[in-house]
Amino acid sequence: MKGFFKSSIGKKTVMSVSGLFLILFLLFHLCMNMAAVFSAEGYNMVCEFLGSNWYAVAGTMVLAAGFLFHIIYAFVLSIQNRKARGNDRYDNQNLPKGVEWSSKNMLVLGIIVLCGLGLHFAQFWAKMMFAELAGCEEAVEGFVATAGYEGRAAVDGAAWIKYYFHNPVILVIYLVWFAALWFHLNHGFWSAFHTLGASNSKWIPRLKCISTVFTTIICLGFAVVAICGALS
Amino acid sequence: MAEHKGLNLTLKVWRQANRQAQGRFVEYKVENISTEASFLEMMDILNEQLINTADPDGPVAFDHDCREGICGMCSLFINGRGHGPDDQITTCQLHMRKFKDGDKITIEPWRSGGFPIIKDLMVDRTAYDKIMQAGGFVSVSTGGVPDANAIPISKIDADEAMDAAACIGCGCCAATCKNGSAMLFVSAKVSQLALLPQGKIEAARRAKAMVAKMDELGFGNCTNTGACELECPKSVSISHIARLNREYIIANIKD
Repeated sequence: MKGFFKSSIGKKTVMSVSGLFLILFLLFHLCMNMAAVFSAEGYNMVCEFLGSNWYAVAGTMVLAAGFLFHIIYAFVLSIQNRKARGNDRYDNQNLPKGVEWSSKNMLVLGIIVLCGLGLHFAQFWAKMMFAELAGCEEAVEGFVATAGYEGRAAVDGAAWIKYYFHNPVILVIYLVWFAALWFHLNHGFWSAFHTLGASNSKWIPRLKCISTVFTTIICLGFAVVAICGALS
Repeated sequence: MAEHKGLNLTLKVWRQANRQAQGRFVEYKVENISTEASFLEMMDILNEQLINTADPDGPVAFDHDCREGICGMCSLFINGRGHGPDDQITTCQLHMRKFKDGDKITIEPWRSGGFPIIKDLMVDRTAYDKIMQAGGFVSVSTGGVPDANAIPISKIDADEAMDAAACIGCGCCAATCKNGSAMLFVSAKVSQLALLPQGKIEAARRAKAMVAKMDELGFGNCTNTGACELECPKSVSISHIARLNREYIIANIKD
């Protein structure tokens, strides 16, 4: 494996493996969120279970590492690609139909996803898991109380969903975020398998189809949770 | 039989004196070009015109050789597409019947970090030769022409190897790719040998050596846009890129 991670395929392998890991996490996150659609109490039980327990903290650390690898390698590869393309651009380039728009804009889509993630962290993670870990639950509870909510804020995920998604601006921002995530995943999912060599001429169209179905389920699921929160 | 027509065209051509010089577009008018002429014949007519009128820039330099779509020498980015507006053909197979009277045609060289411009529309594609020299061969003596059925090869493998071997190394893949990646070319060369028993023995070494050379020469990373496959004059499939990735990853794991 000497020099593997310095090679172009090695770096793409890191992107693919970390990307697939993050997609798996999204699936887990969606399963957790769907509980909020059916039962606020059930969702809060999940939130409590995944609070500041050691396994949740360990999982978060691994997840953060996955994000970091994915983001760092994305920028490294993009800088190298820009250099490889050279400074001269075509007067015009009319690519034939068949080139996915998302495949040409993965970095921009990734940055949008990252910005959305920052907002999501500030609104939910910082006031729940982080507040528990940092021992500032009382301050968060005070903040929630001013909005007319009662209870243990750090584990009352259902209340936070209701609180934030009742604001139509926040709801629209989240829906735009899910749309960007859809485009990012729709290319990223099949592309990851292709980069890992788990593809051939028969499986490319199949993987693209699976990618679209899977991505739509994930993003639509998150959107449903947000919309249900707004309507609750 | 198609009706012969004479086309009056405006050509917007990239002119660049040498590798270091600043390039620019220059517009030329060509008249009464037959719809039955090939694109390169039209370029020849333009050059005759430039020689006859003692144009200060001289004739336009462009690569060409066999003019029947098999040598991989011709290039040119025509109206925003590698090898022009037609699909699955090289520039030399492009005919003027694809254009209309009064059209303005933009003609550019390959623009990619791996292919520096030598002059006008000619680019230096020796990078591809260097990648081939790194491992795109079978290093043992294979002897004379073997009996057709001496080494059984499945139809699927034979067809896939042949499809990969159709790559003429013109450079359109890297020139089209937004990342300047040469992965389609390298994967075709790795595939055509890895699929056959004579080349399979050295498949791991070959994949590692060719990818290392490709990286060393500064080509970009593949992001699976598929633009290379769509613009490839020989329709080389990106499924070969998946095979190269597989060969390369397995070769490194086995190390």
